[in-house]
Amino acid sequence: MCLAVPTLVKKIDGQEAEVETGGVTRRISIVITPEVKVGDYVLVHTGYAITVMSGDEARESLRQLTELAEFM
Amino acid sequence: MNFLDQYRNPEMVRRLADRIHQRSTRPVRLMEFCGGHTVAIMKNGIRQLVPPQVQLLSGPGCPVCVTATADLNKAIGLARLPEVIVVTFGDLLKVPGSDTSLEKVRAEGGDVRVVYSVQDALGIAQKDPEKSVVFIGIGFETTAPTIAASILEAERRGMSNYYVLSLHKLCPPVMKALLDSKEVRLDGIICPGHVSTIIGSRPYEFISRDYGIACVVSGFEPLDILQCIEMLVKQIESGQPKVENAYPRAVRPEGNKEALKIMESVFEVSNANWRGLGEVADSGLRLKDEYRAFDAEEAFEISQRSVSDPEGCICGEILRGIKTPLDCKLFGKGCLPDHPVGPCMVSSEGSCAAYFQYGATSHER
Repeated sequence: MCLAVPTLVKKIDGQEAEVETGGVTRRISIVITPEVKVGDYVLVHTGYAITVMSGDEARESLRQLTELAEFM
Repeated sequence: MNFLDQYRNPEMVRRLADRIHQRSTRPVRLMEFCGGHTVAIMKNGIRQLVPPQVQLLSGPGCPVCVTATADLNKAIGLARLPEVIVVTFGDLLKVPGSDTSLEKVRAEGGDVRVVYSVQDALGIAQKDPEKSVVFIGIGFETTAPTIAASILEAERRGMSNYYVLSLHKLCPPVMKALLDSKEVRLDGIICPGHVSTIIGSRPYEFISRDYGIACVVSGFEPLDILQCIEMLVKQIESGQPKVENAYPRAVRPEGNKEALKIMESVFEVSNANWRGLGEVADSGLRLKDEYRAFDAEEAFEISQRSVSDPEGCICGEILRGIKTPLDCKLFGKGCLPDHPVGPCMVSSEGSCAAYFQYGATSHER
């Protein structure tokens, strides 16, 4: 129900954006994520971007996880 | 930035699971609040990966499952009105009300339509101005801002045939109600990931502060959940419960301020009815006075029928975390995904559906 899918923002057009997931392009609303830019990944839920994903945080989490997994 | 494969790396999963085995010295009870987490845990065999003393319980975080029968009856009553098109998310369709379901009403000629985007509901209303379109607003803080945004959009477009039946629910208040009931003893909570994109991680602070329970916000990939469990076990072992965020790529401590602003401009906090928990103070959202014109409860005379819950179904106790689907005598016998008796088997995120789908057996209690 609170399912949300990370999706790449290809184009911004006012309060809407064109996004692509797995080769499929669709239009979503960015009214609750006005800070979004082309090239960002957003989480899409019920046709709205609900948060802008942070690539830096994703990389940092993976780095921490790798460290954690190696620290055996 | 497609990191998903890395968050599913089997070697990393194995190592992280080993790490949890090393860290864990005593029995702990963790509740995954969110239905999405329940599915991810079952689907990825997380229960089998963690040590036997780490017990995972499912909570009430499935909006379809916690929708009270009386509220479902309202949606069904609306679908029976000839001038109304009811628009809803798919999972609600099959949930049995007192004497029928939205799906059966549709089969009898009621106009019930399923959408995956709130925008589509507005589209339906725009295309058919002679009809009244009622969106069944179910969901937690993840969904409520999107439905609030649709109301603001309808107002902007000057639409007078779009309504919302607000059955929205709020997570922190129901967590408090569960803990205050003292029915279930918890050491840690796997906090919902996508609700937290909106509300942030701060609203859970009362749980660690007042109840001494560890809280970690988690994503939905196998590594996300294992990292969350590792952090919870570490907190519990150290005896210092706090709120941590294992999903920083999507969740900021303050949440999404724009979404909160939109949600709070349209909705105000109200009491709400939950299946299994009854009325919980300040755990729902109703339309503010200035948006009453969009409130389906105000606009339509909805006939109230007597409320009866399905006989033998223990969804209510499953949602409170005091029983599992395996404790239900209907599970997998009289209650199956094809002909569900209760909502926890209907919803794709319901505990019963997840247990059934991914083959939980009695020795996994």
